[in-house]
Amino acid sequence: MSIFIDENICNGCKGLPDARCERICPGDLCYRKENLKAAIRDQSACWTCACCVKECPVQAIELKLPFQICTKDSSLKVRLRRDKTIWTVWDAEGHQEEFFIQARCLKGD
Amino acid sequence: MGISYLETDILIIGGGAAGCFAAVDIYKRAPTCKVVVMEKAHIERSGCLAMGLNAINAYLHAGQTPDSYVSFVERHFEGIIRRDLVYSIVQGLNDAVRDVEEMGLPIEKNEDGAYKMRGKRSIRIFGERLKPILAEAVQRTPAQVLNRVVATNFIYDGNRVCGAFGFGARNGVFYVISAKAVIVATGGASGIYRPHNTGEARNLLWYCPWNVGTGYAMGIRAGAEMTSFENRFVALRVKDVNAPTGTIAVGVRSKQINARGEDYLELYYQHLGGNKCLTHHRLLATVEEKKLGRGPCYLDTTTLSEAEERRLKEDFLNMNPQIVLLWANREVCPRKKPVEIQGTEPFIVGGHCQAGYWIDTERRTTIPGLYAAGEVAGGAPKKYVSGSWVEARIAAITALEDIKGVVLKDTDAEAISREKTRVFTFVKKAGISPAMARERLQKIMDEYAGGISMNYALHEERLLEARRLLKDLKDRLRDVAAINNYTLVEALECIDQIDVARILVEHLIYRKETRWACYQTRLDYPEKDNGRWLTFVNSIYNPNTDEIKMIERPLSA
Repeated sequence: MSIFIDENICNGCKGLPDARCERICPGDLCYRKENLKAAIRDQSACWTCACCVKECPVQAIELKLPFQICTKDSSLKVRLRRDKTIWTVWDAEGHQEEFFIQARCLKGD
Repeated sequence: MGISYLETDILIIGGGAAGCFAAVDIYKRAPTCKVVVMEKAHIERSGCLAMGLNAINAYLHAGQTPDSYVSFVERHFEGIIRRDLVYSIVQGLNDAVRDVEEMGLPIEKNEDGAYKMRGKRSIRIFGERLKPILAEAVQRTPAQVLNRVVATNFIYDGNRVCGAFGFGARNGVFYVISAKAVIVATGGASGIYRPHNTGEARNLLWYCPWNVGTGYAMGIRAGAEMTSFENRFVALRVKDVNAPTGTIAVGVRSKQINARGEDYLELYYQHLGGNKCLTHHRLLATVEEKKLGRGPCYLDTTTLSEAEERRLKEDFLNMNPQIVLLWANREVCPRKKPVEIQGTEPFIVGGHCQAGYWIDTERRTTIPGLYAAGEVAGGAPKKYVSGSWVEARIAAITALEDIKGVVLKDTDAEAISREKTRVFTFVKKAGISPAMARERLQKIMDEYAGGISMNYALHEERLLEARRLLKDLKDRLRDVAAINNYTLVEALECIDQIDVARILVEHLIYRKETRWACYQTRLDYPEKDNGRWLTFVNSIYNPNTDEIKMIERPLSA
C-alpha cells in the first residue's frame, strides 16, 4: 500500500467539482466513489509523491510504504501552511516525530 | 466525444520546470502574446518537481567561470557534449535561480546574503513547494492552462509544426490547437526498462513515472533529428526508495563503503580516480562490487550527529518523503545503519544525460516552428532544473522573435481525422491491456538492451534481438484495448515508450565503443575509441517507411 485513505475522516471535499486529491494527483489515480469518499484506483501505480497527502485539508490520507520494501509499518501525514510544511511521522509503535520546514518566502521576508 | 479547437501564438507542451518558466518569461517580454500551456496532469504538482526538490545542482558560484563549468561537464561526459549549448545554459543559471527565488523559493544563504555553497556547483533549497510556486507564477499571467490534456502528436504539414493534438484525460475531448510556435517541454522517459521494484511497488521510480517520453515520441514521429539516446542515465540511489544519494554524500559528506566497510572507491578504483571519480564511474564501481561479492554498498551515515540526521530527514522530506518512512523504523535509521545504495534502471533524459532533440543554440529543433527546452532538449547534460529554466528562457525569446510574420494556419481536416482515428482506435472492450504491453516492453529492454538484469551491459546480438522483438511488439499494438479514458492514456503512453525504445536500440547498436560506463557499456567493444567515436550519434525516423536513418554529427559545428 502506498497511500491509505481513512473514510471516517475524508469528507469528499463536498461542494468542489473534484476532490482535492483527485484534482492534484500527478498520475490521475485518485477519484471520488459513489459515496463521495476519495479512493485510489491502482495502488501499484502510485509514485508515493505525497501530493494527495499534502492537499488533503482534513488529513484523511496517510503516506505508507508498499509492504514489498518495508516489513515494519510506518506512516506520514502533512499539513500545509502558506509559508511552511508540517510533517508528522509515526513508527510501528506509534512514536511520533514532527518537522516544521520553511516552504516559501513571503513578501517582506 | 467532442472536439475542441483552440488558437494561440505560442503553445507550450508540458507545464513542468521548463514549461512554467517559459510561460512566465514570454509574458515578461510580450504581455499581449497568447500562450496555451498543455499539461498532462495539474501544473501545481506535476512532473519531476511534483515531490519537491532539496538542491539546485547547476549554479555558478563565485570563483567559477562559464569556461571552467563547461569543461567540468565535458570531462564528466567523456568529451562528448555540445559546448555551445552548455555554455549558453551556464551564462543564464544565476539569473534564472534569482528569478525563482523572487517567486518565493527559500534558498539557504550565508550571513552576507550570498547563497551558501552546498557543493562546487550546488546550493541547498527548501523546495517542497517549488512546483506550486512556479505554477502560481504562471497563474498570475494571462496564459491559458489546459490541465489533464495529454499531447498525442504535433500538427505538422510536412514543412512546419503548426500546433498539436491532445486528448482530455478527464473529459474525453479531442483537442486541436493551432499555434505559430510550439515549445516542447515534456520531460524525459521513464518506464522503458524493467524497474527494481515490482508489483505494488513498481512505480517507486527515480523519475516521474508519468514522464514517458511523449515529447521525444512526437518529435520522432514527425521526423525531427534526435541525438545521443545511447547516452542513457542510470542513477545511483538509495535502494528501493530511490532517494538521491547526493543529499547524503554532498549534504553531510558521507563516504561510499562496501559490505566489508571498505572505502571501495579509494581502495580498488584508483585507476578511475578513487573518490574523485566521474559520476558514472561511481556507479560502475558499485556494480563491480556487487559482481565481486563485496556488496551491498552503502553510504556510511553511522558517524552522523543527531542534528545532522535530523537535517538529512528534513532535506529528504523536501524531495523524497518515502525515505523518512523507511527510517521511522529505528533499527534502520541512518545513525544506526549505513544507507544501502544501488543503480536504478536506465532512463532516457536530457537533464542528467543528453538524449533529446538536436537543437541550435537558440533552441530551434530541426523542424521549423518547433523549439525544445529542458529534458527533451539534447546535447547539454547536467543542466538539471536550473538549466531547464535557462533553456526555457532561450526558447521563449527565440519563439517570440520567430513568430513575427507567421500566420496561423487552419488544420487540414484529413489530418485531424487521421489523428483522431489513431487515438481512439484503442477504445475497445477486449484485447491486450496497456499494462501487458508495458510489461512486455520492459522485459525486452531489460534482457536484450542492457537493463538491471544484465548489469547494464550491451552487445550486438542481444541488441539485434531487441530490435526484432520491439518491431513485433509495435505491430501488435493495434490490439491494445483501452476500456476508459484512464487506460486510453496508458495505451498512448505505451506507444510513446515503444517509439522511444526503438530509437534508443538503434543508437545503442550504432555506437561501437564503450563511451560512458554503465550508461553505455558494450561488451563487444569494451574500449573508448576517441579516434573513431568522438562524435554525436543522431537519428531521423521516417514514418512512411518505418525506417530509422542514423547520422553522425561532429562535436563542434
